Amino acid sequence: MEQFAAVKRSKDGQPVQYLIVDDSVFARKNLGRIIESFGGQVVGEAGDGVTAISEYDRLKPDIVLMDITMPQMEGIEAAEKIVQKNPEARVVMVSSVGYQENIVAALQRGARHFVQKPVKPEVLYEVIKYVLGEDAVVASASGAGA
Amino acid sequence: MKMELIQPFINAADAVLSQGLQSPMEIGNLTMEEQAYRRKGVAAMVRVSGEIEGRIIFDLDTKTAARVASHFAGAELPESDDLVREAVCELANQVIGNAIAVLNDQGFKFRVHPPELHTSESGPKSTENTEALVLCFDTTSGNVFMNIALQYHTAAAAASGNSE
Repeated sequence: MEQFAAVKRSKDGQPVQYLIVDDSVFARKNLGRIIESFGGQVVGEAGDGVTAISEYDRLKPDIVLMDITMPQMEGIEAAEKIVQKNPEARVVMVSSVGYQENIVAALQRGARHFVQKPVKPEVLYEVIKYVLGEDAVVASASGAGA
Repeated sequence: MKMELIQPFINAADAVLSQGLQSPMEIGNLTMEEQAYRRKGVAAMVRVSGEIEGRIIFDLDTKTAARVASHFAGAELPESDDLVREAVCELANQVIGNAIAVLNDQGFKFRVHPPELHTSESGPKSTENTEALVLCFDTTSGNVFMNIALQYHTAAAAASGNSE
């Protein structure tokens, strides 16, 4: 897999921490591999919206990557609940059902961005940098080993 | 079943499979299934509900499923690995989700349910109202079948202004 210049937290230079929420174990593993290629750290996983909320409270990750179509509680509702309680939360929806109505609903209910599946690593990389803004720094190519 | 419902699935399968397998694919046979559905290997089913209702089954023989899953995982997976079945479900989710997104943007209002592993050897026979179309995609890893049985839900469509 292509390696990207590492994206670090600007406050302490540590890897960006991610919570991956998807009902598919396979999708979570694939997203995890992509995150690692950005120099990120997957600190938690959840397979449904309810677990995502409790895991967010427990882990307080820098970024949540959230699927939409999931059992128990769908991703948009989970994103809304997380952001209501934690306005600073950065939730990026990652879903194959990227129709306009869904995207608008997700953004209106607190998501910061939307990435269509199948995920292109270079697209997610740019989205992560955009969503983190000044809270992230990109390591130099030599430092990242890219 | 109208072509306007089918074309987005063909386009989505082309996009998802070509990207994941990093090689072009071809559309093989396109047939109407007259007999009861019979599973070929590892199959994932996705139900849709709303103005269009029905189900789509994504089906690969076990060897093809292992090869496709290995491509998507970036590592060799044995046929018996649970991740192979997970991969087929996720592949179905991506193809069908992308197609549903296009249809929703065209004005059809319906939702997609999470994929489930289809373990029955066979399924119900097609009827006049729920005829099934079988698409076969020729990929470098083998044949990928998509069995689509959808129908317009006329009451829901009329309520929102869409109709057959």
